[in-house]
Amino acid sequence: MSRYFLPLSVFVVMAVFLGIGLTLDPKEVPSPFIGKPAPEFSLPRLDNPQANISPADMKGQVWLLNVWATWCVSCRAEHPTLVSFSRQNQLPIVGLNYKDDNGEARRWLQRLGNPYYANAVDADGRVAIDWGVYGAPETFVIDKKGIIRYKQIGPVTPQALSDTLLPLIEKLKGEAA
Amino acid sequence: MKFWMAFTLTSLLLMGFSASAEMKVLTFKTPEAEADYRQLTAELRCLVCQNQTLADSHAELALDLKQQTYDMISEGKSPTEIKAYMVQRYGDFVLYKPPFQLNTLLLWLGPFLILALGLTTLLRFVRRQKAEAKNNKASETASQTEELQHAHDLLTDKDKHS
Repeated sequence: MSRYFLPLSVFVVMAVFLGIGLTLDPKEVPSPFIGKPAPEFSLPRLDNPQANISPADMKGQVWLLNVWATWCVSCRAEHPTLVSFSRQNQLPIVGLNYKDDNGEARRWLQRLGNPYYANAVDADGRVAIDWGVYGAPETFVIDKKGIIRYKQIGPVTPQALSDTLLPLIEKLKGEAA
Repeated sequence: MKFWMAFTLTSLLLMGFSASAEMKVLTFKTPEAEADYRQLTAELRCLVCQNQTLADSHAELALDLKQQTYDMISEGKSPTEIKAYMVQRYGDFVLYKPPFQLNTLLLWLGPFLILALGLTTLLRFVRRQKAEAKNNKASETASQTEELQHAHDLLTDKDKHS
């Protein structure tokens, strides 16, 4: 009996580890920014290039930073979700228009609806690198103190919104500024 | 035939031109800076195509990160500073060689643990085999002497009868 014990336990240990491996998505690199202050930037606004927008403007409220571009297919997929979410007036969504054409981006917002409080134009993608973005779309949840609390990698789906984002936003809104 | 050969050759040549047109020539102040750049882009991971280094990858993000590396080197930043900058933004995963720290302990020492486990198992197995072989030999010689005695008895017995 005991001669079967060793191979069996080796098998069980391996099965558990491989099983855990199956549930992980290697494409999702956890952000080291969670719990850290949001990196500062000051970028021209898409609707008015003369004016700038920066995270400091958003201090005191819970807000989202959504990285998007018109060339990004998944951004197109998440756009209707963002538009309908913005109609609930839960919190401001700031767009980071990532390496995009300004004219194209404006046309897209006119045609598909504009869920954004404001859009920052990150033409060369430097700010995105500063925020550790490695692909669009990505959505950061920033609390009242300007701390990044969560990062959604990939499109914001209705399910991600109701399961993860909304409960978190609710909790963060209750925190002191 | 001749036409097709000429056609293929020309198109190959053109392909070569269009490929090289995309290359950007980077100039460095010192050979050391260039060496640093090569070393860094070979050690940093492209996060889009995860099994490629920045140097190997032509993904948009890899190009941007290479540009960032180049700019930081031009500003006189040291390779350690540049690596710290990347790790701060993308985590340890951006490094091809994981750092030796508490949460990577098993990763670094695991192979040696398994080697040690294998060696002890092998050693125990060999020892047991040896011990068994010795036992077998002992019992073999014992049975042999017994048989010889028996044969001898038979022979002497036979002698007596004849």
